[in-house]
Amino acid sequence: MLEMRRISKTFAGTKALRGVDLAIYPGEVHALMGENGAGKSTLMKILAGACSADPGGEIWMDGERIEISSPLAARRHGIAIIYQELSLAPNLSVAENIHLGQEIGRAGILDRATMDRAAEAALRRLGADFGPRTSLATLSVAERQLVEIARAVHARSRILVMDEPTTALSSRETDYLFALIRELRAGGLAIIYISHRMAEVYELADRVTVLRDGTYVGSVQRGQIDPDTIVRMMVGRELSAFYKHEHRARLADTPTLEVRALGDSRRVHDCSFAIRAGEVLGLAGMVGAGRTELARLLFGAAGHKSGDIILEGITRHFHQPREAIAAGVAYLTEDRKIDGLFLDMAVADNIILCTIENDARFGGILDRARGRQRAVAAIRALAIRVASPTVGVGLLSGGNQQKVLLSRLLEAHPKVLILDEPTRGVDIGAKFEIYRIIDQLAGAGVAILLISSELAEIIGIADRVLVMREGRIAGELTGSEMNQENIVALATGSQASGARRAIL
Amino acid sequence: MLPVLVILCGLIQAATIYVDGEGRFITAQNISIVAQQAAINTVLGAGMTLVILTGGIDLSVGSVLAASAVSAVLVSQVYGALGVVAALAIGLGLGLLNGALISSMRLPPFIVTLGSMTAVRGIARLLGSDTTVSNPELPFAFLGNGSATVVPGLLSVPWLALIAGSVILACWFVLRRTIFGVRIYAVGGNAEAARLAGINVGAILLLVYGISGLLAGLGGVMSAAQLYSANGLQLGQSYELDAIAAVILGGTSFVGGIGSIWGTLIGALIIAVLSNGLILLGVSDIWQLIVKGLVIIGAVALDRYRLRGNPRT
Repeated sequence: MLEMRRISKTFAGTKALRGVDLAIYPGEVHALMGENGAGKSTLMKILAGACSADPGGEIWMDGERIEISSPLAARRHGIAIIYQELSLAPNLSVAENIHLGQEIGRAGILDRATMDRAAEAALRRLGADFGPRTSLATLSVAERQLVEIARAVHARSRILVMDEPTTALSSRETDYLFALIRELRAGGLAIIYISHRMAEVYELADRVTVLRDGTYVGSVQRGQIDPDTIVRMMVGRELSAFYKHEHRARLADTPTLEVRALGDSRRVHDCSFAIRAGEVLGLAGMVGAGRTELARLLFGAAGHKSGDIILEGITRHFHQPREAIAAGVAYLTEDRKIDGLFLDMAVADNIILCTIENDARFGGILDRARGRQRAVAAIRALAIRVASPTVGVGLLSGGNQQKVLLSRLLEAHPKVLILDEPTRGVDIGAKFEIYRIIDQLAGAGVAILLISSELAEIIGIADRVLVMREGRIAGELTGSEMNQENIVALATGSQASGARRAIL
Repeated sequence: MLPVLVILCGLIQAATIYVDGEGRFITAQNISIVAQQAAINTVLGAGMTLVILTGGIDLSVGSVLAASAVSAVLVSQVYGALGVVAALAIGLGLGLLNGALISSMRLPPFIVTLGSMTAVRGIARLLGSDTTVSNPELPFAFLGNGSATVVPGLLSVPWLALIAGSVILACWFVLRRTIFGVRIYAVGGNAEAARLAGINVGAILLLVYGISGLLAGLGGVMSAAQLYSANGLQLGQSYELDAIAAVILGGTSFVGGIGSIWGTLIGALIIAVLSNGLILLGVSDIWQLIVKGLVIIGAVALDRYRLRGNPRT
């Protein structure tokens, strides 16, 4: 149905894509895999008309050569893209979002009734439980994604590209999405599915195409898909012992951080647990279970209403993050772009920002040379791949951005480190390095609270796992109890984890 | 923006040669006049740069300048040079008041400073009983009209230009060499990330508006020194817009986080050169306004065109 031939793309001298071919058939889920920077997003941007390919590349559709010169042209050819960062307007209603750019009206006056009816039909087909007049701002990430899909369905798209659609979803929402994808596939829609998660691709894809460093490595049919082959294709080497878990810290008797009946009377209720030095405590649960909210309470980013935070035997009440940082608590935020990094600032400034007082002279005058030294040392310590410390952090890949943010926290030498989805949107190589860093930190005696939606990750690197559900700690798993079934059972509140598959 | 400034100077020089047969723009005397004309706007623009770098705006600087100029003249009638201190104190106080409202009550800067622009204008008129206050023996009048000898017999620079230059240098130092400066950029780049990184965002905003007020107070001193008098109604009208124009011409991002103080200096000079050149060429003040507005838009459009592909500016 769709064929991209010899697609190349050059950005300011560097080749992002080198003669890549891609063929898509109707009614297939075609997984596109590769490390960050392999060229997946660039290829999809060319398909979406968001940027143009170098001369020589061709796009064919239904046996005819087509030009996709703009996003509008892509839409006219029936290509719809759901980006990682959803492209919806939160201030508008669901119906308005579905019709964004193709509003129905006469003489410039909106015909809301028709728009609502059309949106309603698309939503019903997808089994959404909200109406067209709902304000988008009130919807969860999963529901917003549904709106994006509804937009594609409504526009009668024939090819739907989904870029990492599950990164922000809990496992139940993911199951729902997969059921939906299968249904759309049965309806003849071709789906290009970009993901880092092997399990998803394994479950969903009819065919997998792997890119590496802007070149086409190969395609694998369903049946021949197995994780080892694909990982080898992606990284060009074997990956054994992916999750690092080597630290065997002798745990101290008294916990570094103890939390008693902590709550904010809204999203977090009655949470009690303790982390000891050198321990990695996993915090699992579905999106919206209150994990991030709990972390923000511990860090003083939000005020707690009840309970105690006891850090090294002293009861603390943090009103502001700066008090928590001073006391030795560091928090890696869930979304590095929204509330972590300063994208316009240099890598070095991002790293030293929190601890900048340490290299200042009297009166707050900076010692640039010392700051630079520290930044260079931090870049080396975490193997951040950047040409120079003065490069803007916005230009780095996701994995390197995450490492910059992590090294900012480490500059403060925290006793307690809270990591909220540390490997979200990060490629396999960087993931591996982040696991190694976490392992080393634990070995050095830092108490680590790891929040993650990726079950394999949490099982792989945590010493113990707490599972949250609806703002409460639903249970704790240790040793051999730490497996996907038990976590899901606790997170969903169902004893039989198989039951959740029967949603659609 | 430096090329725009150079081209503008060249064009005006060429035009004066064409009209009068001799270049009247690039002469020592005229350059000194341009520097004096640019001085007050440069000082206001410097404060405005800090404010806009945090993602805010300060519309009250023109009114604050009027209020502090009136108090400078009034205090000088009795206490002499203490008038300078009074003006700076008034400016700083009003600026901190803006900052306190913005940081503690989380009101939008545009609205707070829009309100204080109006209210402080009233205060300025009230202070001077709605008349022009003057002091023919103003002890610090040399600041407005005198020059400091830098190299005896060769080079003397107007005090106004020296003050403006020092303010620019001080702001450069603060922005590039102090913790406070780095934090201004951080707050403007991503306020929530700054808070989570342990930065006291409220304190940064309070200080930044305080500095903007203080520099508006300094502008009041300069203006009073030039005129030996001050009028609460007329002085500093629409100065805030010139200051904002200088900052924007200087390439500072209106959403905060990106920009430099040198850009603002060049922006202020472009505005001053343009006004001066149009006066030299005998263009009527009506047409001066129109040309000035178009040049501001055109220069920024040119800059945007040059930097296209850069996602945020």
